[in-house]
Amino acid sequence: MHPFDYARVSTVPEAIKSGSRESAKFVAGGTNLVDLMKATVEKPSHLVDINLLPMSAIEAVDGGIRIGALARMSDVAVHPLVVQRFPAISQALLASASPQLRNAASIGGNLMQRPRCPYFREVVWVPCNRRDPGSGCSAQEGENRRHAVLGGSEHCIATHASDFAVPVAALDGVLTLRGPDGERHVKAVDFHLLPGATPHIEHDLKHGELIVSLFLPDAAHAAHSSYLKVRDRSEYDFALASAAVGLDINSGVIRSSRIALGGVGTKPWRARFAEAALAGKAPTTDNFRAAAEAEMKSARGHGRNNFKIELAKRTLVRALGDLAGGAA
Amino acid sequence: MTLPPCYTPPDDDETPSDPSRRSFLIGSAVATVGVYVAPLFGAQDAAPPPMKSDPGPHATSVSLNVNGNVHELRVDPRTTLLDALREHLDLTGTKKGCDQGACGACTVLVDGRRVNSCLTLAVMHGGQKIVTIEGLAQGEHLHPVQAAFIRNDGFQCGYCTPGQICSAVALLHEGHTGSDEEIRTWMSGNICRCGAYTNIVAAIREADKNGGANAPV
Repeated sequence: MHPFDYARVSTVPEAIKSGSRESAKFVAGGTNLVDLMKATVEKPSHLVDINLLPMSAIEAVDGGIRIGALARMSDVAVHPLVVQRFPAISQALLASASPQLRNAASIGGNLMQRPRCPYFREVVWVPCNRRDPGSGCSAQEGENRRHAVLGGSEHCIATHASDFAVPVAALDGVLTLRGPDGERHVKAVDFHLLPGATPHIEHDLKHGELIVSLFLPDAAHAAHSSYLKVRDRSEYDFALASAAVGLDINSGVIRSSRIALGGVGTKPWRARFAEAALAGKAPTTDNFRAAAEAEMKSARGHGRNNFKIELAKRTLVRALGDLAGGAA
Repeated sequence: MTLPPCYTPPDDDETPSDPSRRSFLIGSAVATVGVYVAPLFGAQDAAPPPMKSDPGPHATSVSLNVNGNVHELRVDPRTTLLDALREHLDLTGTKKGCDQGACGACTVLVDGRRVNSCLTLAVMHGGQKIVTIEGLAQGEHLHPVQAAFIRNDGFQCGYCTPGQICSAVALLHEGHTGSDEEIRTWMSGNICRCGAYTNIVAAIREADKNGGANAPV
């Protein structure tokens, strides 16, 4: 681990000031950052501990709920407001990591987690455009079984590993960010960026800016939502493919749907084509399959991860089928 | 127990505050992290506690409450909670397995919640109550989970066991004992490479019946 100085802050303005120093990083749970610091992938010279900031509340607000960025994954997962109004969020959190990691990890940190690509972690001799811009992408022709089939570029095909971020993208979450220039709001779907030619720029968060909270808007498709995760092991593993789905079905017709895919995209993948394909349709397996086909039309495999294209379709069809069945 | 002829019993009468033996063993391996250990009680009367090594230019003070004892430390901020426990407080019951948050061997309780001590820094835990495997027994009385692990043979090599037991203690408090399946799900953050899972689940079930959820920690 590279040396750094450590500061524990107790107010947001203090955090922003401290976090604006060159090469500063915020730390909350530390489950991803400390690990990457040990691997010398992350090398902050100032570490700003934000755990004392009053940003852990989970509360009902006008039109939805607000979750403080420091709320722990385990607490959000079982909170009645989340369980009742946004079941997909609760299910995604409980399908994440391990109980120990969920106790430590904050939801803001979860959204900020770095790629789990093995080439990203390996600092010796291995090219990686995320870690070392311009060095190349080792995954394109390498061990890419777990890599993305949606949203990749010749510069990077690392999967966004978060489960939580998937229903947040599906259910129209909005982030409140605060930084040296004040406060702003960013839709969760716009927060994470496609790698394109600049895979090292992963999100729309400026240096010194903090995620303060997440707003989730109430909706019929949010209250009737679920998360299905497919992985190699039945517990404690990253998704090979996952689907967050929300359906508002009335008189046998889908009035609105919200869909996002995980484990297959370079960012939490809001499935707008699938949603469009389901609008006004009956909730049948054939229609679900057509929606999955529409979304995965642009998918591209890289050899070992080709199987994910069909896996994602089947995961989505099953998630929609299970959810629609539950509504009947 | 019959010990193999080459076995040399450890020097058990050594007190944790005497760093001589462990610092000799550890010194060469961990050159970059340092600490200044001063047990809070009686510190004024005692001779200045020895410096294990230089905590470096970024040295940070932290007050760690571990198993009810408060330790005023001055550490290199790079020191993980796991390394602070093992290398600086001589609490070597907590084990370093993968050191990446993947195996659970380093599980401890922080304010009653189980966490991986390898993925967090010691300086982040000032003022919190940390309980390690060494803090579970009440005097001579083992915690019900410890007793149940022994009775059910919930281990082979024992390396993952302190983490398994700390995790199981938290699991009982959380109330995830509805079925064997639920216990397995909520123990999934603790890997056992000997494969003692069946007996671990049996031990947790038994500890639950024996009031493990209500045992003091």
